[in-house]
Formats: sequence, C-alpha cells, structure tokens
Amino acid sequence: MSGFSENDEKYQKLLEIIETNKNVRGSLIRVLHDSQEVYGYLPIEVQKVIAEGLGVPLAEVYGVVTFYAQFSVKPKGDYRVSVCLGTACYVKGSDKLLERLEEELGVSVGDCTADGRFSIEACRCIGACGLAPVFTINKDVYGKKEPDDIPGILAKYRD
Amino acid sequence: MITVKELNELRIKALPKIAVRKKVFEGRIPELAGRAAPEISPGDEKTYRVHVLCCAGTGCKSSGSDVLREEFERIIAKYGLQDDVQIVKTGCFGLCAEGPIVVIYPEDAMYCRVEASDIEEIVTEHIMNGRIVRRLLENPEAREGEGDVTDEDLEAGVFFRKQMRIALHNCGRINPEDIEEYVAAGGYQALAKALTEMTPDDVIKVMTDSGLRGRGGAGFPTGRKWLFAKNSVSDVKYVCCNADEGDPGAFMDRSVLEGDPHEVLEAMAIAGYAIGAGQGYIYVRAEYPTAIERLDIAIRQAEEYGILGDGIFGTDFSFRIELRLGAGAFVCGEETALMTSVEGHRGEPRPRPPFPAVKGLFAEPTILNNVETYANVPQIILKGADWFKSIGTEKSPGAKVFAVGGKIKNTGLVEVPMGTTLREIVYDIGGGIPNGKQFKAAQTGGPSGGCIPASLIDTPIDYDSLTQIGSMMGSGGLIVMDEDTCMVDIAKFFLEFTVEESCGKCPPCRIGTKRMYDILDKITRGEGELSDIDDLYELADAIKSSALCGLGQTAPNPVLSTLRYFKDEYVAHVVDKRCPAGVCKSLLQYNIDKEKCIGCGKCARNCPVDAISKTDYVAPGHKLPSLVIDSKKCVKCGVCMSGCKFGAVSKN
Repeated sequence: MSGFSENDEKYQKLLEIIETNKNVRGSLIRVLHDSQEVYGYLPIEVQKVIAEGLGVPLAEVYGVVTFYAQFSVKPKGDYRVSVCLGTACYVKGSDKLLERLEEELGVSVGDCTADGRFSIEACRCIGACGLAPVFTINKDVYGKKEPDDIPGILAKYRD
Repeated sequence: MITVKELNELRIKALPKIAVRKKVFEGRIPELAGRAAPEISPGDEKTYRVHVLCCAGTGCKSSGSDVLREEFERIIAKYGLQDDVQIVKTGCFGLCAEGPIVVIYPEDAMYCRVEASDIEEIVTEHIMNGRIVRRLLENPEAREGEGDVTDEDLEAGVFFRKQMRIALHNCGRINPEDIEEYVAAGGYQALAKALTEMTPDDVIKVMTDSGLRGRGGAGFPTGRKWLFAKNSVSDVKYVCCNADEGDPGAFMDRSVLEGDPHEVLEAMAIAGYAIGAGQGYIYVRAEYPTAIERLDIAIRQAEEYGILGDGIFGTDFSFRIELRLGAGAFVCGEETALMTSVEGHRGEPRPRPPFPAVKGLFAEPTILNNVETYANVPQIILKGADWFKSIGTEKSPGAKVFAVGGKIKNTGLVEVPMGTTLREIVYDIGGGIPNGKQFKAAQTGGPSGGCIPASLIDTPIDYDSLTQIGSMMGSGGLIVMDEDTCMVDIAKFFLEFTVEESCGKCPPCRIGTKRMYDILDKITRGEGELSDIDDLYELADAIKSSALCGLGQTAPNPVLSTLRYFKDEYVAHVVDKRCPAGVCKSLLQYNIDKEKCIGCGKCARNCPVDAISKTDYVAPGHKLPSLVIDSKKCVKCGVCMSGCKFGAVSKN
C-alpha cells in the first residue's frame, strides 16, 4: 500500500539524493530528510534503498528514523495539521485547540483521516510564541485562535 | 580570498546600502556620523531615499508580513516610487506580539500591527509627504497623541527602552540575506583583527578575561572551554554551533540566525582560529526553515566573497562551515548527543569524560557553543574584554536575550543586561499581565529549569542567583504565568515533555521520569495521597544523582521548584481534592447559581451528555424553574458556562 515503485520519478530522485550524499560523512539524517520530502514519509522500502545505497545496516537506518520525531513511517494527510504544544502555547490553551481538532476530524494525534485528507500531529515550539496558541496547516500559520474558530478554519480546506 | 584591505574597501563601497539607516548605525560607524543622508540618484540601487524594513522573522511571517511586502511593492510601483524606496527584508525586531512590524528610514519610525490596508496611507502620507502615520507607531504614548509627529514620538516605547542589544545588535537593522550590509555595518572586522593582529592565545585570553559564559544554559566560561580544546593535541579539530533550540517557548537563537547569520559564522571562524580547527558544523533544528535558508545563503555568500575557505585574509588559516539538520529530538541539545546526531546516528548522549574538548565530534577535540554565545564573540574581540565586563554583573557579564511569552502583554524577544530584575522584564518591558490578572510565577530554563514565584520577582537575573532560587538561566525562555495557571499541571506538562523526549539510554531518566509523571497525573486526577509527594522527592533525588546526561539530571527541576514554592497547591489537590487555579478537569465542579438562573434551558440543550435538568425551584422574579448540573454525568467541557448569558454557571 505504500505506493513504492522502482519505476517512477520519485525513485529516481531517491537515487540522486543517495548519490550526492554517499561520500559525505554522517549524511544519513540529511538523506532521510530529503527522501521524506520526496515520499511524504519513509516506508520501509525506501529505508532499504537508503541502507543499501549508503552502506549502512537497515537496522541503523530504522533506528534513526524511529528516534527522531520528524521522521514518519506512516503516511501523512494532504493537510498536515500541527498543533504547537510548547510552553508558551500550552499556558495559553493549545491543549484545548488540539482536543477540538481531534474532535472535529475524528482522529487522534499521530493519525490520518480515512480519506487521507487530514492528519494531526503535536509539535514542539515553532517559535511563533508571540502568537500563542499556534497551530499550522501545511505552511499556513494560525495564531491567537480559540477552539470555536476551528470548524471555520477546517472548512477552508475541506472542499 | 580577499585581503583585509579589500574587506575595508568592500565596507566603504557598501556603506551607502545602510546610510539611510544612519540613525541606528552612526554610533558605531564613524563614517556615517558626519554624513547626511545620500542624495537621491534614480537608477543607482544603492542610494534609495527611503528604506522600508519589513520583519521577515518567523513571528511576523506568521502574522502575514510576506503579504505586506508584496503590497508595499505594488503600491510603491503604483506611485512610481521604485527608484526612491527600497524594501528590505530583515530579521526579528523582538516585539512579536505587535507584528507584523515595519520600520521606515531615515526617520526610524516603527509601525506595529500593520495591515495590507494601511500601506497606501503609509506610502502616500509618510513616504510621499513626510507625514508619519501616528496611529500605527510603536510607542503607545505617541499613538495617543495628536498633531504632527515629533522626534519624541519616534523614540522607542517602553518595550525597547530598558533593553541593551549586543547579540541582537544587527537584528532588524540589516538585510540578513546580504553579506554586503553585514560588512558595511562592521562585519568580519573582528575576524580580520583576530587573524592579523592576534595570536590564538591572545584570542583565548580576551575571551577568558571578558568573562563570557555559555548562553545555552549551563553558563560555562567560554574562554576556558576554548582553552581546553586548544590544549588538546590533534591535527583535526572541530567547532560546533548548537542551534538546536529545543526548549519549548524559546526562540532567541532562531532570531539571531534569521536576523544576523553572518555574526555566527564570523564567531565560529574566530573560534576555529583560536583552537586550531578548520571545520565548523552548525546543528540547526529542522523546525526552523527560515533560519536554515538564511544560514545557507550566508555560508554561500561568505565563500563567494572569499571570506570563508582556504587561506583567509592571506593567512594560512582555513575554515569552512557545514549545516547539519536536526530532526526533532530535544535530547540533541545536549552536547554529546548533538555530536552523535551530527555524525548521523540516533542522538543519544555519551558519558563524560572524555569531554568533547578531548574527544568530541568524530572522536576529535571539539568545542560546542550556542548561537547566542557566538553572537557576542565578534564584539568582544573588537571592543575588548573590559567593555564586555562593564555590562551586567560581576560574575555574569554582558547581556542576555530572553524570549518572553505566556501571560504577558508584550510577548517577544528582549535583550537586557545581566542583573536586570524579573520585575523590570515583566512589568516595564513586558507591559505586565493582560486582563487585570495577577502575576503568579515565571518559568525559566524550560524542562531543566524552574519557577520564580511572585515573592522573588525582584531577584536579579543572572546565572548564580537563578540557580540559588532553584531555577536556572537556561537558554532564555521566560514564560509568565498568572493566577489561572495550575502549578501542578505545569510540572506535569514538563514531565510529559521529558518522558516523551527521553532518549531511553539510561534507566533513571527513562523510567524515573515516567514514574514521576504517573504520580503527577494521579494527583491532577484527584487520586493523590500525601505519600505521593514524598515519592516525588525521592524519585527526583535519584534521577538527579544518577541520570547520564545533563537533561536527565535536570529533568526533576520543574517538579522540585513547584514543590518548593507552591506546595500548598499540591496539598490542595491531594487533601482537599481541589485545583485552586481551576485547571485540572477531574477536580473541577460546575455549578448553577439557582438565584441567577432564569431557566431558559440553553445549557441543557447544549450539554453533550445531558447532565443538566430542571429543578422545582423558581427564583424570585423569574418565571421558569432553575436548572441543576448532575456532577456524576458532567464531563466538564465548560459549554454551559461559556454559553450562559446570565453568568449563572460557575466552576470551582
């Protein structure tokens, strides 16, 4: 179900990424970042290609992927909703925003809606503390919002 | 590579780029002091009559500053002012709560909360007719005033007045994506001085004498760190920069990187010269895309202009810098974990000794300093140790940047001399607590730090006094809390963070913090016993003394410091089963005041669990019977309270 194929453009890009970084010391994390950019997440097939290409054991690649919060082995939604749970946002009630988002979308943190449109994640400080509480949908930033604003905001992405 | 002479020629050549902003630069650039604003000469890109500086830091970007910039371009083109007005993208001004921020030179007029619809007025009134738009000015007193704007109105408001900008001296004043502006403002002069007039020992001596201490949290003397690394014998050494600002609610380093990236590159090169390293790595959080982009540009420009590379300034010193991205792991802010991560592995800490100065990155001698620490270095080299020591306190010289957030009016970035009191930061600079609430505590040092209660608000902020009262300087996050914040909940919040971010290598942190979290959770659910508090102390003690890395050892601090100053709140949760701040849901109870309730039934209709029903009581003057909440069914969502127009629902 990962949609991984050795005959598409994505695969070619993956090979290019590996090729450029192959001889750079300690480049695994950069390769993972760039590959995730291409695939949206890091299915095990992609990890296998990276492990082989860089000459690193698959166990190590998998170990690194699962260690860092930014790498995902699950696909994300078309719209990635990310709620900041940094301290400044938390004291201003971002937990309530998250609760409401989960309720409205019917999925919990870390998961994706069945139609693949939305996924929710909790993130660490994005540094927009002046606008707390903050959440983002892909690259759009929503600051100083209340739980009741959420249905209206989600509606913009729903059609 | 360019020579020092060529660097100076470039500086003079680039001066017109910032000459219109002479009001902020004349103090440190002698050539600008006597110079009138340059004449308009259409077509020459370097002599615009007016500069419009738009903040492009993350805060203002999130408030829509990109749209503003486009709108400025459109309106300026509409009036045919392209040759008069230059739009400059800058880093953070600090006053993020009032963003997006725009500053117009030569007047140095700062406009706040600018919207796209304001821009036509700014262009036609201010830029075309010299009439500054009073209602948008930063200084709140000036906004209230009337008539023509005076020089006094343009003076900075209270937010900026008590600040002293050292690490942030270029932020919001230069275009971070143009190396020439940095050079014009005196950039890379410190590197030139170090390489051509000083020996590595001289550099280390100045750093040691200045008393600069690590701005990342622990406050280790920078000069001593460099000396250790210099004394390690090896052909290969490394200089690392910690830009993995993981402390939630802190964004000092991000602002420096976004606003003045060359400052950090210059300082790293100086450090490389001092310890004998030829390669630098900046480890930056992937959550900071703007900072990464600007660092990338800065490194590329420094190489193109022949400032970084082989044989810098005609000496035999070579230095290069590479970026390495984090991937969302708090523990990578710990020095040994960071180096493991730069090497491309799981970011797990290593036991010390051996210390990084002996065996660090790729098992070679390495120094690691934080972004803000580096941002102080070039000025210390140029102005000397005595200058730096004259600022701040005896044991904590210099100034410190704080990211002030939470329940405070002016959220944003401030840089104040060490020794400034918390009261000055919260009330003078921060403008106090919004909505007439009471200051309860400030949290510094993030998940490794602690709370400063209202009773200690006059504590001078420096490394030693913060440690003494059970908190720590940390990297500079300062979160203000008011009476609506529950301190047990905050302790739980930080422990939850630590539990999630614990790398899992050592059991005291992996298991101990989880146990502490479970106890706190139990207390906030109203199931705590008094013995739980003793258990918290015992666990804290064990973790502090046995965790592998600094983050584990300090993880119990948020609990210990809230226990120290707010034990009564813990006791209220445990004994009275009550949350005084009204935060912990399980301990809340919603009630309807039967005298105020008019019996309209709105709350009953909105209640998601049908917990509200009619009583037999009709209050005097009302027609319908009042309602009552069944606390057994109630899920404490608060819908009844927020929907009641008569203020009849309360929680306690």
